[in-house]
Amino acid sequence: MKAAGSMQGKLGLGVALTAVAGAAHALAEPWQLNMTPGVTQTSREVYDLHMWGLYVCIAIGVVVFGAMIVAMFKFRKSKGAVAATWSHNTVAETIWTIVPILILVALAWPATKIMIKMAYTEQSDMTVKITGYQWKWGYDYINVGDKPYHVHFISRIDTRSDHTRELRSGMDPWAVKDKDYNGVERNTYLLDVDHPLVLPTDTKIRFVVTGDDVIHAWWVPQLGWKQDAIPGIINDDWTNIHEPGIYRGQCAELCGQDHGFMPIVVKAVPKAEFSKWLDEQEALATKADAPAAPAAAPAAAPSAPSAPSAP
Amino acid sequence: MTTHATAHHDDHHDDKPHGFLHRWVFSTNHKDIGTLYLIFSFIMVCVGAAFSGVIRTELMKPGLQFVQPYFFNEMTTMHGLVMIFGAIMPSFVGLANWMIPMMIGAPDMALPRMNNWSFWILPFAFCMLLGTLFIPGGAPAGGWTMYPPLSIQGGDSVAMMVFAIHLMGISSIMGSINIIATILNMRAPGMDLLKMPVFVWSWLITAFLLIAVMPVLAGAVTMLLTDRYFGTSFFNAAGGGDPVMYQHIFWFFGHPEVYIMILPAFGIISEIVPTFSRKPLFGYQAMVYALASIAFLSFIVWGHHMFTVGMPLGGELYFMYATMLIAIPTGVKVFNWVSTMWGGSLTFEAPMLWAISFIVLFTIGGFSGVMLALVPADFQYQDTYFVVAHFHYVLVTGALFAIIGAIYYWWPKWTGRMYNETWAKVHFWWSVVFVNVLFFPQHFLGLAGMPRRIPDYNVAFADWNFVSTIGAYGMYLTPFMFFFILWHSKKHGAPAAARAWEGARGLEWTVPSPAPFHTFATPPVIRNEDLAHGDVSH
Repeated sequence: MKAAGSMQGKLGLGVALTAVAGAAHALAEPWQLNMTPGVTQTSREVYDLHMWGLYVCIAIGVVVFGAMIVAMFKFRKSKGAVAATWSHNTVAETIWTIVPILILVALAWPATKIMIKMAYTEQSDMTVKITGYQWKWGYDYINVGDKPYHVHFISRIDTRSDHTRELRSGMDPWAVKDKDYNGVERNTYLLDVDHPLVLPTDTKIRFVVTGDDVIHAWWVPQLGWKQDAIPGIINDDWTNIHEPGIYRGQCAELCGQDHGFMPIVVKAVPKAEFSKWLDEQEALATKADAPAAPAAAPAAAPSAPSAPSAP
Repeated sequence: MTTHATAHHDDHHDDKPHGFLHRWVFSTNHKDIGTLYLIFSFIMVCVGAAFSGVIRTELMKPGLQFVQPYFFNEMTTMHGLVMIFGAIMPSFVGLANWMIPMMIGAPDMALPRMNNWSFWILPFAFCMLLGTLFIPGGAPAGGWTMYPPLSIQGGDSVAMMVFAIHLMGISSIMGSINIIATILNMRAPGMDLLKMPVFVWSWLITAFLLIAVMPVLAGAVTMLLTDRYFGTSFFNAAGGGDPVMYQHIFWFFGHPEVYIMILPAFGIISEIVPTFSRKPLFGYQAMVYALASIAFLSFIVWGHHMFTVGMPLGGELYFMYATMLIAIPTGVKVFNWVSTMWGGSLTFEAPMLWAISFIVLFTIGGFSGVMLALVPADFQYQDTYFVVAHFHYVLVTGALFAIIGAIYYWWPKWTGRMYNETWAKVHFWWSVVFVNVLFFPQHFLGLAGMPRRIPDYNVAFADWNFVSTIGAYGMYLTPFMFFFILWHSKKHGAPAAARAWEGARGLEWTVPSPAPFHTFATPPVIRNEDLAHGDVSH
């Protein structure tokens, strides 16, 4: 499945269909047609619900549009069709009121089950605070288990994307590339940051999300949800990432002129690596003492574990 | 049936005011005011399309080639406001003005002078709104939904936008009062409520929706104004306010608003389909009750625009279930239209083509609507191009296509001339192809992860954006085609019969074509066979 990544650039539809099948792609494929299942249990359930909804709609569409097409060919005046005069049919009307109710229940039932699970943010292993700013993201590692942390950094769009996206910059968006987690070089234009949010795999992570100035929305499609980051309000969500990787997203709520230029990058690494990294950051943060900590942490962030070989 | 499409025929009851000023500026005639509304909304469609041209041109390729991001945001905001308040809503009011009195056998609208004022407020409102493009700080750039705190970061465009919306609201409320007063008081004897054409029903219900929610919008934007200029903190968290409260108030207006833009379209389709099927409308009463149910439900589902703001689980479940209920009356309408066609004697003149494409493409918009109602899936769809595709399917191939179909349908009645059917078919097929090239790929973009309202994107989104822009360029030719076809018809079209379409029923087809300046000075006698929906007991 991973091979789909290197097929980029081949003829459109095939790649798109492969992308539909492939699971762990952090980035959209050219000509992509559908949502991807993502890398968490939640995102896969959301994907299944999306596909279930899509199939139901297609089935209804086949019936309704099929009936219209038959009517358009069968009841043409040019073929001598004579109009009937009936204008009601109680049985038919009852059926097409009841059947949609059953279909809706069949959609609402799985949706409700997923919602209940998604809303349950308790019993998490660690907490990260996400703050939206015009136009960057702030991350605070609050605690892992019972241990409090003081790691804080700001995550901004990477310099190459930022220069390339200037009006008539003359630079080529296709040239902005970076190695992905499995070492494959991929285009990361507008989807790369200076300091990614490093998270452990196989850990229930609780996020508390807020905004500093205007409303933003934190969205990494591979995790299966987005959450508005609203000034004065703290929302919470959770995720549990199963596959190590680099997952990319963007701000999803209009937040001003650079709304399109505040990407999100999540780097999911195995638990042990994460603990090592976080403790290094914590040491830097506490050593540098409170005011200097925010500056020190980003500077140290690139020392995060280099991408291990593909799982 | 025989009609003399000349002015002489109408002389005995034609006292058109002379002179441009008296005829148009001081007009109290429902037909002239209807024409003014339609011309105004045609101009606004072109303005709104020009804004979208900036958007689609910038989005044709990755990288910023033409405009700065802030100006891009001004364009998305203005495109939304102009298309909703300037194009779709006034064109439905124009159709209501023209057709409601003729369909219920009334001589004019109940309140003709207020009718004049309702219209003439609009050009001033839009001069003020469009004027923001030329002031320091530029036009509003916080999206047509005007969410604070972002929306009040702008310059003085905030005040101009708020006052423009106040004026549009006054215009809509007065127009609605007029429509309700006309329908409830001025029906010809024997035109019982449950004998009225469905288009009239749809507007009666729409008018109540407008009266209910336009004041809510006015309140919301007034609070924005005082937050911006007078130091209040309705939506300012630092002062004890709540940015999410704005969204609740806005969408309490906003969801009925989207039905304000589609219910009259349902009415139009319910007129056109029986005519070209030569068969009575299937399930007339079910159609009326479905309209009323949709209108009621529209007040209790606003939260589905806000699934990602962090409502409690119970709230999200409630809004999901309530939203899904809307599919039932909407489904009834679609099934009834198809059943009307079933067993009919179909012909495919331009109005019917637009109506059929409406049913198919609006239903596609309805499908994505059902998918969007599923909260966990909406966590992925929200604020992506999937949503953009959804609402353009219901508003362009839905509302706008119905309006174009209605204009072709009633044009012979208005002008006494037929349009050129071949060119109208070219117009239709051109539109239906390019509108899908324009909007269908936006579903893919949204599912692949492209957020809406961004001026630039990762190269993975380049291909479908390019396709979408090609579709947009195709669509930009259609207003010119439409204008040319109507212009040519007005000058050279074949004379239209009073009953311009073989299967047309309804009082409007009993008066000559073109409709005399004053119709039904004495109330007509209502005969059931003149009604569009035949057997009215079901």
